[in-house]
Amino acid sequence: MTDIQININNKTYPTATTPSIANLKLSLNSNEFTCLVGPSGCGKTTLLNIIAGLDNDYDGEILVGQQHTHPKIGYIFQNPRLLPWRTVRENIELVLDEHQPPEVIDALLEVMQLTPAQHIYPERLSLGMSRRVSIIRAFAVDPEVLLMDEPFVSLDAPTARQVRELLLKLWQQRPHTVLFVTHDLREAIALADRLIFLSASPMQVVSEIIVPIARSDRRNELAIESFRQQLLQNHPEIKQLL
Amino acid sequence: MINLKSFLSTLSLLVFLAIWQGLAVYLNSNTLPTPEAIAKVFQQACISGQLPFHLGVTLLRLVVSFTIAMLLGCAIGIVLGRNKKLDAFFDNWLVIFLNVPALVTIILCYVWFGLVESAAILAVVINKLPNVIVTIREGTRTLDQDLLDMAHCYHFGKRKTLVHVIWPQLHPFVMGATRSGLALIWKIILVVELLGRSNGMGYQLHLFFQLFDVASILAYTVAFVAVIQLIELLILKPLDKKALRWRR
Repeated sequence: MTDIQININNKTYPTATTPSIANLKLSLNSNEFTCLVGPSGCGKTTLLNIIAGLDNDYDGEILVGQQHTHPKIGYIFQNPRLLPWRTVRENIELVLDEHQPPEVIDALLEVMQLTPAQHIYPERLSLGMSRRVSIIRAFAVDPEVLLMDEPFVSLDAPTARQVRELLLKLWQQRPHTVLFVTHDLREAIALADRLIFLSASPMQVVSEIIVPIARSDRRNELAIESFRQQLLQNHPEIKQLL
Repeated sequence: MINLKSFLSTLSLLVFLAIWQGLAVYLNSNTLPTPEAIAKVFQQACISGQLPFHLGVTLLRLVVSFTIAMLLGCAIGIVLGRNKKLDAFFDNWLVIFLNVPALVTIILCYVWFGLVESAAILAVVINKLPNVIVTIREGTRTLDQDLLDMAHCYHFGKRKTLVHVIWPQLHPFVMGATRSGLALIWKIILVVELLGRSNGMGYQLHLFFQLFDVASILAYTVAFVAVIQLIELLILKPLDKKALRWRR
C-alpha cells in the first residue's frame, strides 16, 4: 500500500472570515495507526470530510503515492449512519461488489462478535453494536485509508473499551492505514502508533509524537497513564489543546 | 379486542343500512330507493355486463393516468427537491398549475386536442401531477444528508443511492401521494368522462342523471366505493407492511 500525503493550504467556510484550516501538512504511512488529537470544533471533522471527498471547496492537494487522487476510503462516522431499512448483514453487503463471496462478511462478523445479530435491523441494536457494524462496513471495502471520527464518543466506559479492543484486534489481523480523530488523550495513546496534536482554528499541527508502548502493553492502563503524564510534562504546548 | 372492533364496525354498517331503509320506506319516493332495490339494480347491471364494462373502462383510465402522473411527479419532485435553482425557477409554475380549476384543464384539453382518449388522459395527468410533485419535493427536502454522504463515501453511484438510500426515505411521501392521488383522480376522471367520453362511469352517471334513475346512480356508487376499498386492502396496505417491516 502507498503512503498518503495531505496538503491543505486553506479551507475557509463561505460564511467565515478566518480560515478553519491553514497550511496543514500531514503524511500517513502505510498501515500506521495515526491519531489526531485536538480541541472540539477545531476542524477535525472538516479535515476528514476533505480527505473523504465530501468537501471539495478548499485549496490544497491530496496525493496517494505520486498521484493526485482521493484514496479509497472506509469512513467510520461519529454516528454509525446505518440504513435502518436494511439488516446488519444487508448494510455491509451494500458497500461490497455483488460478486464478493459471502465468507468475507462472515469472517468480519465473527471477529466483531456480531454473527448472531446479522439479520437484525439497526433500530434494535445498541449503540455499541451499531458502531461495530459501521467498523465492519469500513473494513469490508478494504480501503487505502480508514477514517474514524470519534467513533467511541457517547459510549459508556466498559462498552467503549470493548469496542476499542475489538477494533484493535481487527486492525492487527488486517492492517490498514488509519486516521483516527479524538479529543481523549488516553484513548489516543491506547490506540495510536503516532499522535498528531492540532491547534484550534486555523487548524495547524502543533506536534507529532510516536507512542513507544508495545502493542501487547496497550491494555495496561498504568502504562498508558504514565505515558500520558510524561507527555504532558515534556510537551507543555499540548496541555492547552486538551 | 379484535372481535369487539369487528363487531362494532359490522354493527355501525347495519345501523347505517337500517336508517336508510327506514327513511326510504317512510318517504316512499323514487329519489331515495331502499338498499334492497339498489342491490337488485346492482345485480342486474352486473349480469347485463354494463356495470363491469364501464367500471373497467374507468379503471383502465385510472391506471394509465395514475401511473404517468406518479412516475413523472416522482422524477420531477426529486429533481426539484435536490436542485435549489430549478426549484426557484419552477416554483411559480407549480403554484399556477396547482390552482387552475380541474374543470378548466379538462375543457382546454378537449378544446385543444379534441374529444379523444389521449386528451382525457392528459387532462387527468395535468390535474394530478402538481400534487405529486409538491409532495415528493417536500419529501426530498427532508432526506438525511448524513446517509447521502455515507453513500458518496462508499461509492454507491446514482442507481444504488436512489434505490437503497433515497427511495426508502421517500416511501411515506409516495404512499401519501398515492392515497390522495387515487381519491383525486377518481373524482376528476368522472368529470372527464362526463364531458367528453362515450363510456366509463362518468358517462353512465350522466345518463342516469338525465333519466332521474337514482337507484342506478347509487348502485354504481357502491361498486365504486368497493373498488377503492379493495385497492387499499389488497395493494396499499400490503405495500406499507412490506416497506415498514424494519420499524420497531
